[in-house]
Amino acid sequence: MRIVEKSQLMSAPEIDRTLQRLAHQIVEKSGGTKHLALIGIRRRGVPLAQRIAKAMRGIDGVDVPVGTLDITLYRDDLSKVAPQAVLQSSDIPFGVDNMDLVLIDDVLYTGRTIRAAMNGLFDLGRPSRVSLCVLIDRGHREMPIEAQFIGRSVQTSPTEIIEVRLREIDTEERVVLVDRTEP
Amino acid sequence: MLADQLKSAAMTYRFRDLLALEPLTADELTFLLDQSKPFQEIQRHSLKKLATLRGKTVALAFFENSTRTRISFGTAASRLGADTMNLQAESSSVKKGESLLDTVHTLNAMKPDCLVMRHASSGAADFVARNLDIPVINAGDGTHEHPSQGLLDALTIRDRKGSLENLNITILGDISHSRVARSNIHLLAKFGCRFTLCGPAMWVPRELQAIGPPGAAIRRVFRIEEALEGADVILVLRVQTERLHEPPLSANDYILLYQLNADRLRRAKPDALVLHPGPMNRGIEITPQVADGPQSCVLEQVTNGIAVRMALLFLLTAGGAEETVDSHGALNPSPSGPGSAAAEVQKLAQAQAAGTKKDSPHAPR
Amino acid sequence: MLLVRNGRMLDPASGTDATGDILLDGETIKEIAPSGQLAADASKYEIFDATGLIVAPGFIDIHTHLREPGQEASETIETGTRSAAHGGFTAVCCMPNTRPVNDNASVTRFILDRAKTTAAVRVWPIGAASVASKGEAIAEIAAMKEAGIVAVSDDGKPIATAKLTRQVMDYCRSLDLPVIEHSEDVSLAAGAVMREGVTSTRLGLPGMPAAAESVCVARDVQLAELTGARLHVAHMSAKGSLEQVRWAKARGLRVTCEVTPHHFTLIDEDVQYDSRYKMNPPLAAREDREALIAGLADGSVDAIATDHAPHEPALKDVEFDRAPFGILGFETALALSLEQLVHPGKISLLRMVELFTSGPARVLGIERKLASGQPADLTIFSADRAWTYDVKQSPSKSRNSPFDGRSFKGGPVATIVAGRIAFRLSHSANAGS
Repeated sequence: MRIVEKSQLMSAPEIDRTLQRLAHQIVEKSGGTKHLALIGIRRRGVPLAQRIAKAMRGIDGVDVPVGTLDITLYRDDLSKVAPQAVLQSSDIPFGVDNMDLVLIDDVLYTGRTIRAAMNGLFDLGRPSRVSLCVLIDRGHREMPIEAQFIGRSVQTSPTEIIEVRLREIDTEERVVLVDRTEP
Repeated sequence: MLADQLKSAAMTYRFRDLLALEPLTADELTFLLDQSKPFQEIQRHSLKKLATLRGKTVALAFFENSTRTRISFGTAASRLGADTMNLQAESSSVKKGESLLDTVHTLNAMKPDCLVMRHASSGAADFVARNLDIPVINAGDGTHEHPSQGLLDALTIRDRKGSLENLNITILGDISHSRVARSNIHLLAKFGCRFTLCGPAMWVPRELQAIGPPGAAIRRVFRIEEALEGADVILVLRVQTERLHEPPLSANDYILLYQLNADRLRRAKPDALVLHPGPMNRGIEITPQVADGPQSCVLEQVTNGIAVRMALLFLLTAGGAEETVDSHGALNPSPSGPGSAAAEVQKLAQAQAAGTKKDSPHAPR
Repeated sequence: MLLVRNGRMLDPASGTDATGDILLDGETIKEIAPSGQLAADASKYEIFDATGLIVAPGFIDIHTHLREPGQEASETIETGTRSAAHGGFTAVCCMPNTRPVNDNASVTRFILDRAKTTAAVRVWPIGAASVASKGEAIAEIAAMKEAGIVAVSDDGKPIATAKLTRQVMDYCRSLDLPVIEHSEDVSLAAGAVMREGVTSTRLGLPGMPAAAESVCVARDVQLAELTGARLHVAHMSAKGSLEQVRWAKARGLRVTCEVTPHHFTLIDEDVQYDSRYKMNPPLAAREDREALIAGLADGSVDAIATDHAPHEPALKDVEFDRAPFGILGFETALALSLEQLVHPGKISLLRMVELFTSGPARVLGIERKLASGQPADLTIFSADRAWTYDVKQSPSKSRNSPFDGRSFKGGPVATIVAGRIAFRLSHSANAGS
């Protein structure tokens, strides 16, 4: 089985522009940043959340707090991944009660990750609102979950994989669509 | 998401069981300590309950008296959402006829996912692990090892000191019969720690200096004043009655020579930590002043114990189930299959029996 | 009549190492001659072709446990002696720690009667020194001697007190019986399950120091001097014990000793919570093993004895400290002796045969040699045949051997007792098959 890059979905500048736009959308929708906080879902949701927060600093001049959430303990498919799962700590240095939280992740697919993330958030307290912001929505939902803020929607087939590469983690910065094919 | 995790997992715990710390490398030990950190965090939530091990059963087989460790493992299992099966066999009921193996096979027939075991015989956990095909966690076997205690002590020390490297560790008490001391030596020596073992000569045999990894610095000292000079960490052992000391020593003599009091504690470094595996005999091996003082870490040890045990249960039990359930609720064999896992275990057991001596008593998955 | 043709005959009693033929007539050796001199007439005799093999006087194991009466689940006289024959032994001395203890003439006679009908090799019982081996009253040693015991011992334990040991030695000297001592200071060894050392400390298992044995050997040697008795130190494992024995021999005392194959093969570092490595005296330190091998080579050690101690699997398959002491020994003794002593050049083949034949015979005050008129007991073995020990194939009822699965070079090929073949390898008896 081989993995073949089929196309590039977003280039580095396109990613940046999209994050800027998302930051604006979130600020506008929330009606002010007073109780707003961003929660990046490990791994790639984290740098995205940090960049969006930075952009927000540019818009409103406010520092919106950013937390990171590790969802490993809340997964519903733990028995398949656990031998290789590496637990990281969550780090949410503020109370979540009565907060307007925006979960941020790179790709929204089946929705199970977000289901697990919400379990994690509600273990910490009672937010007043939780919304979801993703860079790519690739469809094929298995949960009744939708994102309120979407960078780009892409039609995909189940054999395809969307790889979001970010400079904080990977050696390059772009979003690619790859496919698994038989040789 | 999954692909990322697989790629970034530089280290996983490769054994099926946790029977001893002696065979683990410094990297593996660090991994176990790091994996405990998210669970320390969970202890701070108001809702300390996860569904991670929901549907799994953890069997607690305690053949030797222990309230604290049993409660600690039981709580760890519950907080992960698992159910527990509790066996509290006094050693005498086993003597009445049912062999250890029979007892364990009976428990196993009730299909737990993991066995946590404490027993008065050194090597009992190893013996049981060889005869079962579920993960076994050693919660203390005779005078051999108490791995989760070693880990929680190390986590406590690392949190307070920032690192485990090159510390001066003084251990006080009946070391010849202490599995806690052995586990601590096997763990901390791998980080370059130096050990001073102190107690009455009959309780600190010469051979203890040779049990650490090659090159480990372990010395025996019989005067407490000398033993405490320059100590970074003082591990105070309980003067115990359930495993009688050999030979027994008068309490007055012990207090006179080896009790850790505030005066003697001043000889150690000013930021030295005092650890005790519990339960403490206040007024015998340790004074209330020291036990409740700022250098004492005993309560953190207990809290960290839950985190460490949650991490161990998670690592050994969360995955690799013989079956996975598909979207219709039907059972699928896992790709590696129960058959192949059991075959691996058997192959390794045979290889060990054939001749390797110092190899790990664990069976990898 | 049985003609054993063309074997390499090793007879330590006469120092013979020559190829030749041995003619057995009924239960006696009739004639011994250089190869070919005795007409190989197949119409007159059964012929055993020993070409390429070694023919020795029948091996004697002076320290064994046959468990009958009382513990037949672990072994019987029948199964134990069949295992002995498989190991090349033609005679075994069985220790008295049966149930009931062999402390009176009735039990001795029972054992001999059972042996007469079921045993594959000769059985020479050892009687207890004290009643029930409790270490209080002296057993009826004279009556047992009349019934057929060859020595006296409270094996499993030492004779309980110095005073009783002295009395037993006095008595046995007058009856001309050797006293075989399991030398162990019970207080030093109390609770121990292996040798005290770095390994026992690492494993958290209670250990006994070497002194637990040598302190008692010292006591027994002093009492042997006091009484003039014949003292035989059983299963000697420590350097310090051997030094006591050497001292005694230098003074002309009638002190002898034996070493087991497991003590010259394994050491305490080999113990790893596996009860197949648990016995008493326990596996010792590296320096003890080296000292024992030196003693086997220089003549200070008189015999190799197995201390064959079967325990049924249900008893041995438990946590290490609950398992009973003891391992099997008959079928691996010769192979281990070749592997550890002869092949590496520590002792000669002739000396090895001595340790299995004239050595133990001397301890018992009898002869064992290849000569006309001697009992027709022969041990025929190969010094280089490749084979692997599979304990599941053993005639013994037990399986407690740490050597299961071990590959050997050299082993028993045939065992002849009182003129009859008690054991024979199933395929053709050629060297290196």
